[in-house]
Amino acid sequence: MSTADEPLDSSNVTQTSLSDSFREYVARLRGGDVGPLPAILGLALLVIVFSSLRPDTFTNPFNFANLLIQSAPVIVIAMGLVFVLLLGEIDLSAGFTAGVAGGILGVVATRHDQPWYFGVLACLATGAVIGLFIGILVSRIGIPSFVVTLALFLALQGILLKVIGQGGTIRIKSGTILAIMSNNLPIWLGWLVFLGIVVAYAGITFLQMQTRRKRGLVTQSPTVWLVKIVALTVLLGLCTYYLSIERSRNVAVTSIKGVPIVIPVVLVLLVLLSMLLTRTVFGRHVYAVGGNAEAARRAGINVARIRLLCFVLCSTIAAVAGVLLASRVNSVTPSTGGGETLLYAVGAAVIGGTSLFGGKGRPVDAIIGGLVVAVVANGMLLLNQAAAVVYMVTGLVLLLAAGVDALSRKRAAASGRG
Amino acid sequence: MTATTTDAGRPGSTDSAPLLELRGIDKSFGAVQVLHDVTLTARLGRVTALVGDNGAGKSTLIKGIAGIHPFDSGDYLFEGKPVHVHNPKQANALGVEVVYQDLALCDNLDIVQNLYLGREVTSSGVLDELTMEQRAAETLASLSVRTVKSIRQKVASLSGGQRQTVAIARAVLWNSKLVILDEPTAALGVAQTEQVLRLVRRLADNGLAVILISHNMNDVLAVADDIAVLYLGRMTAQVEAKDVDHSEIVKLITGGARTDEADEADAPDDGSGTTTTDGAQS
Repeated sequence: MSTADEPLDSSNVTQTSLSDSFREYVARLRGGDVGPLPAILGLALLVIVFSSLRPDTFTNPFNFANLLIQSAPVIVIAMGLVFVLLLGEIDLSAGFTAGVAGGILGVVATRHDQPWYFGVLACLATGAVIGLFIGILVSRIGIPSFVVTLALFLALQGILLKVIGQGGTIRIKSGTILAIMSNNLPIWLGWLVFLGIVVAYAGITFLQMQTRRKRGLVTQSPTVWLVKIVALTVLLGLCTYYLSIERSRNVAVTSIKGVPIVIPVVLVLLVLLSMLLTRTVFGRHVYAVGGNAEAARRAGINVARIRLLCFVLCSTIAAVAGVLLASRVNSVTPSTGGGETLLYAVGAAVIGGTSLFGGKGRPVDAIIGGLVVAVVANGMLLLNQAAAVVYMVTGLVLLLAAGVDALSRKRAAASGRG
Repeated sequence: MTATTTDAGRPGSTDSAPLLELRGIDKSFGAVQVLHDVTLTARLGRVTALVGDNGAGKSTLIKGIAGIHPFDSGDYLFEGKPVHVHNPKQANALGVEVVYQDLALCDNLDIVQNLYLGREVTSSGVLDELTMEQRAAETLASLSVRTVKSIRQKVASLSGGQRQTVAIARAVLWNSKLVILDEPTAALGVAQTEQVLRLVRRLADNGLAVILISHNMNDVLAVADDIAVLYLGRMTAQVEAKDVDHSEIVKLITGGARTDEADEADAPDDGSGTTTTDGAQS
């Protein structure tokens, strides 16, 4: 922005046109506010590359559904991490928080034969307690979150071993829990969910537009609105259609088709967390603390309380991922939530456009970034690459995303003071 | 200062009842006495410039008014009534808002979000963005701010003068009566300084009392109605801007030869003011 600001009386302009919106978006990109654009472009590029290299395996419906299901736990952990990343903090223990919470689920639901919902409740409570512990150490005592969660990364592995005890695994028997990751919605229900999402989105955004216009505020043009609706419809419609195709390798034995149950579960979580961040005072304060903690403090915001709550949220959401992990492999083992789970999750959030420096990020970033990570892992596997190469490539992708984050931040700082 | 002003264009006049009146204010930090028997008056509709050299006690004085470092002794009268201000919340409740030099804005939030930070409007538990946006637009319009493209743009993308404008708008959004500005033009270029000074003048013309801290005598003479001069922790003069010129203010600030009026103001003192050294720290 130059010092010679063009005078513009905002009361005269009540509607932005399509070209206005586009110009504004380009200006934002140039200002360093790239958002999830690099991730979306990267995702498109990866899909094109793998599709052309492995046209028969990568693009088939079975692999597509499998990829989505596999990415779900990482995406859910990443959505939780967004809250701590927004504050400029980190939670390295989120993976094993998921593991321990999953272990508690196994103990309650399998060992003590309780109904599945008690298991899930105990699982979420475990996550909340772990988060509370981290949050108190970070926000009240002032130990850097990096150190606290690194210590917990080790300690929680020990706790997981203790929880599981002799035998090495806890089998999950509850059909409801297992269904989340392995069953699908009936075809008609899949389409109904699709329809519900599109109609709800279109309706709510339309009503918002109407109220804004009535109150004389700047409104986006109906064209922009329509473009968004069409894009959403096409994207979700294609996915639903693709997931509704029979994807069983042997139809005589079993039929696999329909939207996997885990997808609406992740979407519900996405909507809830997005609303929390954008529509509530708490969410506003999270962004404020992440952007300028001193300004937030002077504005009367209880910064320590916001920090504490974000760690509790992050760990509780990680516990949800614990349910998914347990459901995925039918059991909880000492390595549940270990290995590359956490780093993939951090990678997912950062690749999706959440800043490691705090103040910038959205839950939807976790989904976009999580899909990038999942496509890389899945595609490399189909190319018969050794695990060594997969790790190296994933590491490179994460470095690339962190580089984009750092550079866009520099750019924003440079263009910030006109 | 009993003469009525003839400047009809300005709503504030010298004989109107003072909004803020400080009398006999003392403040020490440990063994160091920073403020000695300080007197200060701020009236609605008038810009009172607070000037003084580094270490004269300007910051201590405004921090006391804002309740950050409460005064040790002395009278703090607001709207004619004695009040006790011991923390920033009490000052805010009276209608006192301070815009600090570092502005304290969140770069990652937009203008509306910054204006309402910490005092968000909600309806049934959900942020009421429409009301906030509308009121923010009205506030900016009342300050004749027309230089921002959209009130939904991020503060990071604003120029220095615009950021200052947002910080000032935030201070007046809360039915405030007294706005204290700490060096609002210190980091700005010529055009933006002009813009901010016009805004400061408008605040007073809209009926607020404004206390402006500045090192820049041109700024002070351009917008101030009254000038209060601190020298080594003592208020050496509070004069009308039209009665003094540039060099006279500089003399007052540096504690050199004084004008007659300053001598009168100094007369009630015990006369040891110029020889003490204990007020040099703020």
